[in-house]
Amino acid sequence: MTERLASIADPVADGLARGWKVIDGAALDHAQMVECDVAVIGTGAGGGVTAELLTRAGLAVVLVEEGPLKSSRDFKMREADAYPTLYWESAARKTKDKAINILQGRSVGGSTTVNWTSSFRTPPATLAFWRQQFGLVDYTAEVLDPHFAQAEARFHIQPWSTPPNTNNDLLKKGATALGIPVASMRRNVQGCWNLGYCGMGCPTNAKQSMLVTTIPAALDRGARLYTRTRALRFEFAGNRVARLICVALAQDGMTATPTTVSIRARHYVVAGGAINSPAMLLRSEAPDPYRRLGLRTFLHPTVISAALFESRVDGYEGAPQSVYSDHFLERDPIDGPLGFKLEVPPLHPVLFASTLYGFGPVHADLMRQFTRTHVQIALLRDGFHGDSRGGSVGLGSDGMPVLDYPLTPVVWDGVRRALLAMAEIQFAAGAKAVYPLHEQAEGYATVAAARAAIAQLSLRPLLTRVVSAHVMGGCGMAADERRGVVDGHGRHFQIDNLSVFDGSIFPTSIGANPQLSIYGIVGKLAGELAAQLSGGAAPVLA
Amino acid sequence: MQRRTILRLSVLGAAVLGASAITLRLAGRRSPEAVRADASTVLRGAIPAILTGVLPLEGGANQAAREQALERTLAAIDGLPPATRAELDQLFGLLASHPGRWLAGLDWGNATPEQVAFFLQRWRTSSFDLFVVGYQAIHDLVLGSWYADPSSWDAIGYPGPTKL
Repeated sequence: MTERLASIADPVADGLARGWKVIDGAALDHAQMVECDVAVIGTGAGGGVTAELLTRAGLAVVLVEEGPLKSSRDFKMREADAYPTLYWESAARKTKDKAINILQGRSVGGSTTVNWTSSFRTPPATLAFWRQQFGLVDYTAEVLDPHFAQAEARFHIQPWSTPPNTNNDLLKKGATALGIPVASMRRNVQGCWNLGYCGMGCPTNAKQSMLVTTIPAALDRGARLYTRTRALRFEFAGNRVARLICVALAQDGMTATPTTVSIRARHYVVAGGAINSPAMLLRSEAPDPYRRLGLRTFLHPTVISAALFESRVDGYEGAPQSVYSDHFLERDPIDGPLGFKLEVPPLHPVLFASTLYGFGPVHADLMRQFTRTHVQIALLRDGFHGDSRGGSVGLGSDGMPVLDYPLTPVVWDGVRRALLAMAEIQFAAGAKAVYPLHEQAEGYATVAAARAAIAQLSLRPLLTRVVSAHVMGGCGMAADERRGVVDGHGRHFQIDNLSVFDGSIFPTSIGANPQLSIYGIVGKLAGELAAQLSGGAAPVLA
Repeated sequence: MQRRTILRLSVLGAAVLGASAITLRLAGRRSPEAVRADASTVLRGAIPAILTGVLPLEGGANQAAREQALERTLAAIDGLPPATRAELDQLFGLLASHPGRWLAGLDWGNATPEQVAFFLQRWRTSSFDLFVVGYQAIHDLVLGSWYADPSSWDAIGYPGPTKL
């Protein structure tokens, strides 16, 4: 295997050797003044696709990324290295009341560098809701399908034909036994080694994240990239952005230094991801006459059920996600009781130990069963039911974002149904015991005991472990400025030369892992912008 | 002792904690050394309770493992953003303070792991979110840091990352 490893190309190392213009903010010692056609804030799914398309149209692009530039050489499949380096807040970003733990990427490539590669087109029911409720008449499968197809070709999104690992297979086995349909994931990988460490950065560059695709393409076309540099705020002149003020971060990658990077551009694209993009606009005191900014931030609030099996599961090994079920999304109308998508997460010691309830001997006993533990997650589809309005982003005293996401009765109703559904599937797959992750729960040895206990659980914030790996909304799209922050082209309603191109423009959650929704929709919007600014034809990802 | 502790963790307890938080805030920024000392005091007390069943039993090895757990937990805190660190400083400052120790019914330096476990268990399922948040912060930090280290993996059967 060592030979195979030695033969893995590191496109980032190669690009740097070729002379890419990458400036590490932490190494800057004097203020910078920069001019370009388009400044792009963020290098994740939205910023990456935008940067490739704009540079393909011949535009001069400057990218600003708050996290560091890391590549396959740095990815050692160790949580201790990966979480502090590649995630917001060491993979422990929390909502205001600390009740929801959020996994969000923070390095070049954003969350695409650390996601689990699951790829879904935006569900037609979600698009229909956007058309009906937000007037986004162009958001049809017919219009978007070519853009999804482009992204699928560019990022090698294909059915995963390798057999699922045991952790995924148990979801399939249990659901099938109960007559609940499951399906296989599509993944954005090429030559995947089936290692299972996607969440710590792909060590073999099989994952077709922005880090190895669009960002290198943009840098090869002359884009400049500032890393460890925080986009602080815009300065406005009338209804235009006059410049973007950034600050270089210190060696710790977190603390702001007095060194500024000031960027003047014809156009500005905010693509910092949900939570960060609205926070940046709030810091800028961007016009918000209808008080929409930061509102309707969605998380797919996710609850967890662990189950103990007789034989080994080894949930740390193999493609993390390859099987899912949409059965509980499709049972009720989209604006009815909250539906949920069933998936499994990878199991690694730090994330598992810190997520597991209890301490002392109880916790130690569960950890000793680590290799025989199978875990399911249920991702609740928020933002469709009238009482599911998501959270709102505000600013802390240090100017950093704080997401207030109240867990309301309509969410808890879904949580109880989800915990029950997962326990039933796990027993049907042969579980010896099922552990809903809740401070008051314990291991249940029979489906009857689990049912009775779940029916009685006191569902309130903190007691129930709730997590999220999907951040969406906060700069929502709509046909008119009373309902959204940007229009259906991602253009800011009040500021002429400003677009938002990332998951924050979604007016609801997606109801599926969001990366392909961002690639496809931003692919369309950034292509339109590139054509406008360059006067040429809309470029395509290639 | 148990009954008294429960009574302390009442509305009155929450009020004391709130008042102490305000007092600490008014007292202004404390030195990094003072902050670290408070964190160490609380974590030295909490670690043997959180890691009961995990730490080696033999005296010397037990002591060394506890020190390692403390160092790793403090290092994990250093990796958090300034705003989160400030909140943790406040939590540890409170728990190490006179009102905090009274509230917990604990002298962190002299409490047995059983006494600390009793306190943590109360906070874990408290009806006051503030207490649950405090418990979960300590839980996540200590356990996450412990299992981040390869020396903990044998005990759970994790072979570590695939060798490339």
